[in-house]
Amino acid sequence: MYAILGLLIGVAAGIFLQPTLPAAMQPYLPIAIVAALDACFGGLRAFLEQKFSDRVFTVSFVSNVLIAALIVWIGDLIGVGSQLSTAVVVVLGIRIFTNVAAIRRALFHA
Amino acid sequence: MPEQRRRLVASFFRPSRGHLVASVILMLCGLAVTLQVRTLSTEQDFSTLRRSELIAMLDDLNARSRRLETEIASLEGTRQQLQTGADRQQVAQAEADKRRSELAILAGTAPATGPGIRVVIDDPQAKVGESLMLGALGELRDAGAEVIEINDSVRVVASTWVGSEGTTLVIDGVRLTRPITLEAIGDPHALSEALRFRGGLVSEISDERVGGQVSIVTESEITIGSVRPVVEPRFARPA
Repeated sequence: MYAILGLLIGVAAGIFLQPTLPAAMQPYLPIAIVAALDACFGGLRAFLEQKFSDRVFTVSFVSNVLIAALIVWIGDLIGVGSQLSTAVVVVLGIRIFTNVAAIRRALFHA
Repeated sequence: MPEQRRRLVASFFRPSRGHLVASVILMLCGLAVTLQVRTLSTEQDFSTLRRSELIAMLDDLNARSRRLETEIASLEGTRQQLQTGADRQQVAQAEADKRRSELAILAGTAPATGPGIRVVIDDPQAKVGESLMLGALGELRDAGAEVIEINDSVRVVASTWVGSEGTTLVIDGVRLTRPITLEAIGDPHALSEALRFRGGLVSEISDERVGGQVSIVTESEITIGSVRPVVEPRFARPA
């Protein structure tokens, strides 16, 4: 319940407060979002498999986001930023699909 | 109902510390997503592009603008050509129109107006013949008559002929009733002098042998309304 409340509060804050992101960080936000999605689905999967630990969840979320942004940042520095961001999106996408498949199996046995 | 689903529903109503952590993280997640969506929808998406992509885009735009500029130049040249062509055509058209109306007056296909004289020849003995009439027309033309009309009905043109049937004068197939009225557009003074000189029309008609009377009225505005139909020449062709 708190989780859903938190999500709603975050969306509402984004819409109504209109915070602005520093321009230097803007290229990394999409990648960070994908990483965060991956962490969220991973957390739900762990919960359904009765392995959920809020510490692991927090650490995985933060590290996912930071590492994704870091990879893209380094890629930008060495001139392969767009390729590396594609790679990150592909890998995280595969992980999201795997997680969702596990969640589906746990919830529906299908 | 599977066990996992029951657990999910049960935990929904039983908050714990893990829920708080998840809520904070999901809040961050939602914030980031809305931020990104808003940035994409409000700004042009150039800000998220990399330098090489921007350079490629700039190159592309430069090339396109160069191409469009050459196209503009060529189109402007074409417009210039068309405009001068249209101007020239308009001038030629105006020239042709002016010439056509001049020729229409000359050929008698259009009504005409202007200063001139009205000559009324009254000869009770009907002795004014073809030669006198031809002489009168010749004198008027010699004095610069531009348009001549007889009896308000016959326009004198290049093909005009004068004949007679007994004592009746016939001009272009029209029998003239007496008195004969000549109307001519031209310099009124020159026209009336051309008829009045000694040995001219007036003196010939006033002579005892003819015994007629000529009255010459100078008008500042004579309108000649009779016209000739346009006749296609049957034999003559422009050489």
